[in-house]
Amino acid sequence: MEKTIASPAAGIYIHIPFCVKKCLYCDFYSETALSRRSEFVSHLIEELSLRQSEYPVDTLYFGGGTPSVMDPDSIGTVVDTIRRLYRLSPDAEITLEVNPGTLDRTALDRYLAMGVNRLNIGVQSFNDKHLTLLGRVHTADAACRAIADARDAGFKNIGLDFIYALPGQSVQAVLDDLQRAVAFSPEHLSCYMLTVEPGTPLEHGVKSGDFTPLDEEQTADHFRLVSQFINTNGYAQYEISNFSRISRANGVDYRSKHNLKYWNHYPYRGFGPSAHSFIDNRRSWNHQTLDAYESSIDGGLLPVAGEEVLTREQQFTEFIYLGLRQTDGIDVQEFERRFDVSFYQWFQPVFEQLRPKDLFRNSSERCALTLEGQLIMDGICRIMVDRNLQPNL
Amino acid sequence: MKNIRNFSIIAHIDHGKSTLSDRLIQLTHIVSDREFQDQILDNMDIERERGITIKSQTVCLPYTAVDGKQYFLNLIDTPGHVDFSYEVSRALASCEGALLLIDASQGVEAQTLANLYLALEHDLEIIPVINKIDLPSADIERVKKQIEDDLGLDPETAIMVSAKEGTGVEDILEGVVRNLPPPSGDADAPLKSLIFDSHYDAFRGTIVHFRVIDGTIKAGDRIRFMSNSTKSYKVEEVGIFQIVRVPQKTLSAGQVGYMIAGIKTVSDTRCGDTITLDKTPCVKSMPGFKEAKPVVFSSIYPVASDGYPELVTALEKLKLNDASLIYEKDTSVALGFGFRCGFLGLLHLEVVQERLEREYDLSLILTAPSVQYQLTLNDGTELVVDNPALYPDPTLIDSAKEPYIKATIIVPDRYMGAVMKLCLDRRGINKNYQYLTNDRLEMIFELPLSEVIFDFYDKLKSVTQGYGSFDYDLIDYRPSRLVKLDILINGERVDALSQLVHEERAVSRGRTACEKLKDEIPRQMFKIAIQGAIGGKIISRSTVSPFRKDVTAKCYGGDITRKRKLLEKQRKGKRRMKMVGKVMIPQSAFLSVLKTDGE
Repeated sequence: MEKTIASPAAGIYIHIPFCVKKCLYCDFYSETALSRRSEFVSHLIEELSLRQSEYPVDTLYFGGGTPSVMDPDSIGTVVDTIRRLYRLSPDAEITLEVNPGTLDRTALDRYLAMGVNRLNIGVQSFNDKHLTLLGRVHTADAACRAIADARDAGFKNIGLDFIYALPGQSVQAVLDDLQRAVAFSPEHLSCYMLTVEPGTPLEHGVKSGDFTPLDEEQTADHFRLVSQFINTNGYAQYEISNFSRISRANGVDYRSKHNLKYWNHYPYRGFGPSAHSFIDNRRSWNHQTLDAYESSIDGGLLPVAGEEVLTREQQFTEFIYLGLRQTDGIDVQEFERRFDVSFYQWFQPVFEQLRPKDLFRNSSERCALTLEGQLIMDGICRIMVDRNLQPNL
Repeated sequence: MKNIRNFSIIAHIDHGKSTLSDRLIQLTHIVSDREFQDQILDNMDIERERGITIKSQTVCLPYTAVDGKQYFLNLIDTPGHVDFSYEVSRALASCEGALLLIDASQGVEAQTLANLYLALEHDLEIIPVINKIDLPSADIERVKKQIEDDLGLDPETAIMVSAKEGTGVEDILEGVVRNLPPPSGDADAPLKSLIFDSHYDAFRGTIVHFRVIDGTIKAGDRIRFMSNSTKSYKVEEVGIFQIVRVPQKTLSAGQVGYMIAGIKTVSDTRCGDTITLDKTPCVKSMPGFKEAKPVVFSSIYPVASDGYPELVTALEKLKLNDASLIYEKDTSVALGFGFRCGFLGLLHLEVVQERLEREYDLSLILTAPSVQYQLTLNDGTELVVDNPALYPDPTLIDSAKEPYIKATIIVPDRYMGAVMKLCLDRRGINKNYQYLTNDRLEMIFELPLSEVIFDFYDKLKSVTQGYGSFDYDLIDYRPSRLVKLDILINGERVDALSQLVHEERAVSRGRTACEKLKDEIPRQMFKIAIQGAIGGKIISRSTVSPFRKDVTAKCYGGDITRKRKLLEKQRKGKRRMKMVGKVMIPQSAFLSVLKTDGE
């Protein structure tokens, strides 16, 4: 297995905390008070200058919220500011999350011109009934138009986001979405099973009986279908919910370089409300709300709400958890280097307890999960992480 | 002696005893307001949190009455739970009078009556006190009528109080001075003192709480306990309680206080025993002395396999302060080394468990509580068994007996049917019922103790919407047909989940146990089969289905810490779980097999 990202360069994440409307399932922080956008941009720029750094940066990611609700010029200003204050490499991956409902053709040209080279389009579904169910503002037609426009504008790296395992969704409906998705030949696909997050209107709807989530068995079937279909249609899964187009011919790696940083404990800096940073084993997070974020910056302070320095045990937990999320799995040598124990000896009792053949694809370099293992990976992690405390498991 | 009054406050739980004690203490200024803490007599966290008194406390209140004279009013606080009724009786034997506290909105309840009878047995003068008169739901006239009709006391003597607001508290002190008799006794007679409690102090050893009946005691005296004439102790210090210990030169007939005499553990002193001088003993000890006998038995195991030595130390220390706790070594195939413990009742069990976990930071598993059964084997051997693990081969058993109680239940008559059903379901026999007033019923049942030790009181509260009250006395042993119900998890018998049950109830118990365990045992990555069995016969089963899907869909920068914290929390939760074979069984599951929901 090749070493994925050799560079220790950092990623930058910009959280755009605005949406036209909150989707029912979403638990990311956002506001619908669009009138506050320009105020926010000036605060964001202030935060960028407060935290100016010489550290090399090779990915930039605009997430949210809905970055495409911003005036493209503001995005341009932010990119310019980052170029000015940070060491953003010339070939950096610059991703913008866009929502088909808030995207027009001219904006796409401007994004491209300012250096955005990767678009992540929140399609979610090609079925209007399901889009309505999710509380999305766009239609399937709008999604198709957005993808076509992005290609037309010249974007060479496009990712599409989908959500499946919706209440009442059939296996066939999932398959329909996937078939239409691969027909566009996107470079990247993210497919998330619907998760009922606490505090969301979706959770409320489930509690009140308005939504009946799919049962576990059905959800598991959807997951298997998604993985199998995408993996056999020119893509490779590299994380529980992420797939990239296989492009051996030109050797281009279409995995999200930025997201890989999260899963490999590489450094990243997050800007904007609720954004997280991770540098030198220290994770910090910004104030959750726009109000707290802005008033902190107005007071000349970094908008940091909290931070933690990971203990060895915490690093261990995250290393296992984030490693197993990836199709490549845990880097055994890296594990042994970091924690100074023999991986397979250490986890011997765990592998005895579980069914390693069904759940793991183990080699001397990698400990990875099979599809069936991925389906219950949180449970597997609970047992592996427990090994840390209970030597006599 | 004329200036001494010894009294208790007796009340049903929640009728405001601790709050009233607080007010009395505040009014007599023995603690400054700054040092004052609510429920000052309840020293243990558990007492404050649960609002119950477990260890009785005593306080000597100096009070200058309207007549201008200074009095010393000894308030002997008593435990407020049926598990500790013997301790209550010893405390009452040290008093001349009692305040009978009644909640103005709840009225007279079973424990009020039980306490009154207890007080009357000791010839105490009773002052009825109606508390919580500030509540909007207070119905003073109704309570007065109950005082007259149910209790046979003069309602006109009742003192109206709101302990919460402090109203009427002074009237109580004045009432105690005027209406309760001073102690009688002969300070020149040989020493005769009644022990009503003791506690352990890490620096001074056992502190004995007692009432001097006759004679005088002072530091330097050599004393002994009448129940054990072979051992004598030299008194190091005597004194009175005023929240802190206040040493005195002597304590004489009528006084209440403490003694320190180099006694190593509280087990060396017995509640109800008589203290006398070694050289010139009194002729007769105080009547009513008996040893508190445990009635509920359960095994305690540490969750961590290496936690046994800590459990040993913790139990030894706890025993210093709790003479009624008994224990002996026990082992379980599933749970390893532990102790079989005897308790006065289920509350006592819970208190011990909580103290061990809280004060000694242990994580424990308690097995389903059991009563003591008397078995006669075919060869005539008689055997007492409280531990299912020691239950003999059924073919060797000729006959079995189980303990019965007499239960007194007082309810508004609209709940008669519900209470009747509950008690009959628990194999009860209705012996009698009578109307106390035109809508309040006193029902007497004889019930097997095994049917009430677990959740009977909770059930009674729920079927009577909180209005039912309950008190009980052990009466005798009666023939029973017992079987041992085993629980198998993934085919393996888990000894710590076994219980002894009446044959008639075995199938329903087995079914409930399987259902309860199914709810208690968290889903794991494989199927878990739970079976109830008697001998080789499976009588019930349930299944914990495995996870089909247990994966977080997305995990980006902002999710990682949250996800890790979740894993950390789950791992902490496992401190309270026990691996039995491959299956994680939570602590609570071991007690759940006795729960009877859905019967």
